[in-house]
Amino acid sequence: MADIKVNNFNLWYADFQALININAHFGEKQITAIIGPSGCGKSTLLRVFNRMNDLIEGVRVGGEVIIDTENIISEKTDLVNLRKKVGMVFQRPNPFPLSIYENIVFGQRVHAEGLTREKLDEVVEDSLKSVLLWDELKDKLNRSALSLSLEQKQRLCIARLIAVRPEVLLMDEPCSTLDPQATSRIEELMRELKHNYTIIIVTHNMQQAARVSDETGFMLLGELIEFGKTQDIFTSPKDKRTEDYITGRYG
Amino acid sequence: MRKLKEFFVERLILICGLASIFFVILIFLFLTKEGLAVFKSVRPLDFLLGRNWYPISEPAQLGILPLIFGSLLVTLGAAVISIPIGVACAVYIAEIAPLKIKEVLKAGIELLAAIPSVVLGFIGMVTLVPWVKTTFHLPTGLTALSGSIILAFMAMPTIVSIAEDALYSVPKSYKEGAFALGATHWQTIYRVLLPAASSGIVAAIMLGIGRVIGETMAVMMITGNAAVIPHSILVSVRTLTATIAAEMGEAVVGSEHYFALFAIGIVLFIISFIINVTADLFLHKRR
Repeated sequence: MADIKVNNFNLWYADFQALININAHFGEKQITAIIGPSGCGKSTLLRVFNRMNDLIEGVRVGGEVIIDTENIISEKTDLVNLRKKVGMVFQRPNPFPLSIYENIVFGQRVHAEGLTREKLDEVVEDSLKSVLLWDELKDKLNRSALSLSLEQKQRLCIARLIAVRPEVLLMDEPCSTLDPQATSRIEELMRELKHNYTIIIVTHNMQQAARVSDETGFMLLGELIEFGKTQDIFTSPKDKRTEDYITGRYG
Repeated sequence: MRKLKEFFVERLILICGLASIFFVILIFLFLTKEGLAVFKSVRPLDFLLGRNWYPISEPAQLGILPLIFGSLLVTLGAAVISIPIGVACAVYIAEIAPLKIKEVLKAGIELLAAIPSVVLGFIGMVTLVPWVKTTFHLPTGLTALSGSIILAFMAMPTIVSIAEDALYSVPKSYKEGAFALGATHWQTIYRVLLPAASSGIVAAIMLGIGRVIGETMAVMMITGNAAVIPHSILVSVRTLTATIAAEMGEAVVGSEHYFALFAIGIVLFIISFIINVTADLFLHKRR
């Protein structure tokens, strides 16, 4: 299993410094929430862990991000392996315009793993079961994934991720497009999944952070202001700025 | 007063809008009236499937099968050349090229579209035709192959720009999702982006081919214009369009020959219509 250590990490978009001297330790098999107002750099930090920021031109980084024992910031990091190990769920559910089945086995296909029909069927069944979609969808596997409801799509995206057996799940506001019932069901799923995965969730819904996470980090203007047990952050924040944010003075 | 002005402006725009439809209908009616007259002397099946096109012999033989084959062969050749290159070029521009190269390429493609077909035909005549002749040891380089190559250049800008547009409008989230699952850039392109853009790409291909089928000047200059059913791509062919362009000037108005040329026009009209409607269906499926 994987834990993530971040040491003196900095990130610049061209001349703009988006992350300033971040130090944190994300423990394994627990949910860590990153909260903070829009533009504070929480999504950027999340995208460091699977190097999604590489897709943007002009990004420079400094410092260390160690997953297990490997510094993933290094030039030598194998991005394909990293992204297999560290999966991401996006804000807007983004199933591919393929069938439900093909969405789930996408990872198998690109990593050329277990490509026999039985093996793929097994992966589809296991993955859909772990996101509690199997009973709903087992007869509709050849339908387009785009025909699903938003919640089903988001679950499918999580299933697609689980199919490649990652160790870390990054979730970038995974419920922001969902209604309250769907949100609470996805949160339930997250609690279920944390027994097997290290989960980091970015959210600007403070209640959600309080409900699901074990630890919470509060970010403001690119800095990680406070990091600790969720209960402590929400009941007795040490920093005045954290207190102001969670009591709703700004954000 | 203001209301009156509104009223007139609205009507004026309405008339302009209707004018285009009106003209299309007019052209179609004229084409049908003149074209269908040929079937007084030839049966439709003999016209479409006849193997001999001797419009000025006595009695005239008006079979357009060689012309249909000529058009199809040249178009098919152009499609085989332009589709892979065009789609690959679109993928390169949309996905791989750095910003600067991308802009240069896009400008280049637009310039290619701006070259008049007679100029392309002329260039083909002095460069491509001799090349085909010597490379394949032929008595003449005026062949279907030469036509296909030049027409491929004409189809390319349409294919590239519309396919690039289709690829570009694939939601960025698909790409991110594929990368986040550990797919490589190429895997992302062929497993996600190309399928997602497929209807737009098909439309691009159809429109490119539509342009090829209707093209006249360049093919007339370099395909040799022999109205014979071609048995290979290395022989001279004559297309439907070139036939009309070459012979309309000398056909006696009101003669069988004259009507037959109009009938060829109907055939072309139907082919382009089918291609454009298909392209349109695919384009709308995308939205």
